[in-house]
Amino acid sequence: MSEVTSDWASRPGSVEGEGRYEDAASVADTPAGSPARALRGVTAAKGLAPLVLLAALVLLFFRFGPAGVFQQAFPPIEALTIERVTLPAPGEMRVRVVNGGPEPVTIAQVMVDDALWRHSVDGGRTIGRLERRTIRIPYPWVEGEPHRIVLVTSTGLTFATQVDVATRTPQPDGRTLSSFALLGIYAGVVPVFLGLLWLPFLRDVHRRWLDFFLCLTMGLLVFLGVEAFDEALGTSALVAGAFQGTALVLIGVVGTPLALAAVSRRWSRRGGSSPLYLAGAIALGIGLHNLGEGLVIGSAYASGEIALGTFLVIGFLLHNTTEGLGIVAPVVAAAGAQRVTPGFRRLVGLGALAGAPTILGAWIGGFSYSPLWTTLFFAVGAGAILQVVYEIWQFFARRGNVSLADPLNAAGLLMGLALMYTTGLFVAA
Amino acid sequence: MPERDEARGVPRGLEPLGPSAVERQARLTRRELLKVGALGAAGLAAAGGALTLRPGGAVAREAEGGRVQGGAASAHGWHGGNGVVGTLEPGGFDPTAYLTHFETGRVSRLASGQVLREFDLVAVDREIEVAPGVFFPAWTYNGQVPGPTLRCTEGDRVRVHFVNAGSHPHTIHFHGIHAAAMDGVFELVEPGQSYTYEFDAAPFGLQLYHCHALPLKRHIHKGLYGVFIIDPREGRPPARELVMLMNAFDTNFDNENEVYAVNTVAFHYQRHPIPLTVGEPARIYLVNMTEFDLINSFHLHGNFFRLYRTGTDLERYEWTDTVTLCQGERAVIEFTYEHAGPFMFHAHQSEFAELGWMGIFDVREAPRV
Repeated sequence: MSEVTSDWASRPGSVEGEGRYEDAASVADTPAGSPARALRGVTAAKGLAPLVLLAALVLLFFRFGPAGVFQQAFPPIEALTIERVTLPAPGEMRVRVVNGGPEPVTIAQVMVDDALWRHSVDGGRTIGRLERRTIRIPYPWVEGEPHRIVLVTSTGLTFATQVDVATRTPQPDGRTLSSFALLGIYAGVVPVFLGLLWLPFLRDVHRRWLDFFLCLTMGLLVFLGVEAFDEALGTSALVAGAFQGTALVLIGVVGTPLALAAVSRRWSRRGGSSPLYLAGAIALGIGLHNLGEGLVIGSAYASGEIALGTFLVIGFLLHNTTEGLGIVAPVVAAAGAQRVTPGFRRLVGLGALAGAPTILGAWIGGFSYSPLWTTLFFAVGAGAILQVVYEIWQFFARRGNVSLADPLNAAGLLMGLALMYTTGLFVAA
Repeated sequence: MPERDEARGVPRGLEPLGPSAVERQARLTRRELLKVGALGAAGLAAAGGALTLRPGGAVAREAEGGRVQGGAASAHGWHGGNGVVGTLEPGGFDPTAYLTHFETGRVSRLASGQVLREFDLVAVDREIEVAPGVFFPAWTYNGQVPGPTLRCTEGDRVRVHFVNAGSHPHTIHFHGIHAAAMDGVFELVEPGQSYTYEFDAAPFGLQLYHCHALPLKRHIHKGLYGVFIIDPREGRPPARELVMLMNAFDTNFDNENEVYAVNTVAFHYQRHPIPLTVGEPARIYLVNMTEFDLINSFHLHGNFFRLYRTGTDLERYEWTDTVTLCQGERAVIEFTYEHAGPFMFHAHQSEFAELGWMGIFDVREAPRV
């Protein structure tokens, strides 16, 4: 950080490749009132000057409006985003809406199934930029049938949404909490732990075959990463415009690996380079991915879009059991290299880190689904997995004499992809 | 004279609370009343004052409190929820006044002795309210949609001074028998220009006028139309006369209507029922100017009416309770209520009815003298 904010010209002696932390410490140690300190003050002023001018201009525009010809020449662009529709009780609909457009929007009327319908809005009918409202509509919705809701603004513009299958939205009580937890256990926890049971097998296999399984893990992870990235982009389209869904994806996908890399560097510097680090990072990445998956499952289940039938549960079992394999393969490889064996409790911890977030996701998704958070979780998950793939690659690189061009390794990677694809057929709803 | 009496516009049992309160009051259907009854005193208490017992046993409800009304929501929710919320901005077009307002023009006599009626129509762009809080950028005659109802007698000389104060070329095309130059099709009146239409009123019946500039669809659905009544020389039997023009608005300009109404404002006569008296003959001048979904209809509850297609014949055409009209078609209908109470009238296209084309006649017993 200090490298970015300090003026490069004031430190002509700094040499590329020198330890960064030491360098930062030496700057901080400079006594107050010294010429270097004064120089820094001048530098800060140089850096702040454009910001001060910008703030003054913003204030002026707020007070007097921009000079020019583009004021009120055309009607305001309204952009409402309907975030969620819930059916908390028979005869009641709730619509959560956010204004992601540049101007305030006034909800004048509401239509349900092509009929103007009486309703109430919590708070004013005029929604400011980035503000949210909940609209309550006492409407006799019909179990199992679709309903269409249209919001009519004061300018006559309409914003529509559809309830695909009307069913009562689960309320957060003990029973639904436990059933959502079960959903998460089926889809995330059980499969991951099943996968962990390959540990004894992997310990026995020959080194060449272990490499094969590591490559297979890379294949699995690449698949999961791309899947999470795709989900993130998909839900980002549902995020209100002002929140810039695609930018959120970018931040998640790029920011997460950077943050993880920084953390891992800290760990290794402290000498705590554990053979479990790689496995922990993988478990964390998979856990973040599963958090997003839980969100989607919970939300879809709550809105009646999916029924958790036997087929789907089996599908999740097959699909996500591979995730457990992905965790233990690097553990065995790393442990083998450093002659350390992971304990039982640590393995359970890894499994929980990777699987349990599915439960959390199912709860969040089931009770308060938000496209914004779902996008962010998936983006972070994609970024984390990306980082993990890189770490495995690094692991190979450190060991040397491993090549992806090796037919067995290439086959492993491809098989990882194929495995995810095939088992994915079962969950593609 | 326009019926402006707000108090009379409220069904019996819902006595006015004062001019402003009347606007906010929404009436309950019988079904809702039953539900409230079933809910009982506890439910009323739970409603937290949202329901107010009125003298006469009827229940007044705040239509728009901006707050969810607990028990009240489940009481009125269900099938009584079809309608709009909020109130019209004061000072705008009043559909209740429009119902019974007839422009008969400045009357004088020509040298021949023929009656001359002169009218002024000005095309202006104006934002109108088509449902409470929903504004539509309309093109209007005299600032209102529908334009003023023009009325004359068969054989009168009609002279209409038209000024285009709008932003696009417009015309006035009268339905009737007249010279080609008076037909308002080829003589486009540019913004800032004017034109005088002059013809002898014929034939008697229920006519209409509308802009015939191209593109026709847009000039019509933006609001340039109005009712034109030519009375027969011998007149029609005395009755309470009401003008109803069926129209609709495509507020988001996707060539589909969002709001349907009779006389522009969705659900206006549901919220402000039209008072009638048992035994009193009523006559409706019914015109269809719906754009996009061209076929519209009128259905009367608890009664039958005599139908005079286009009103050009004094012999009744049919004895019915529903009439279907295509765009530009019109009919005179006459009826008398035998029973008191609230009676619905609406398009018998359920979708149109639920999007605003629905109203209520509040029929009362004749006062005993």
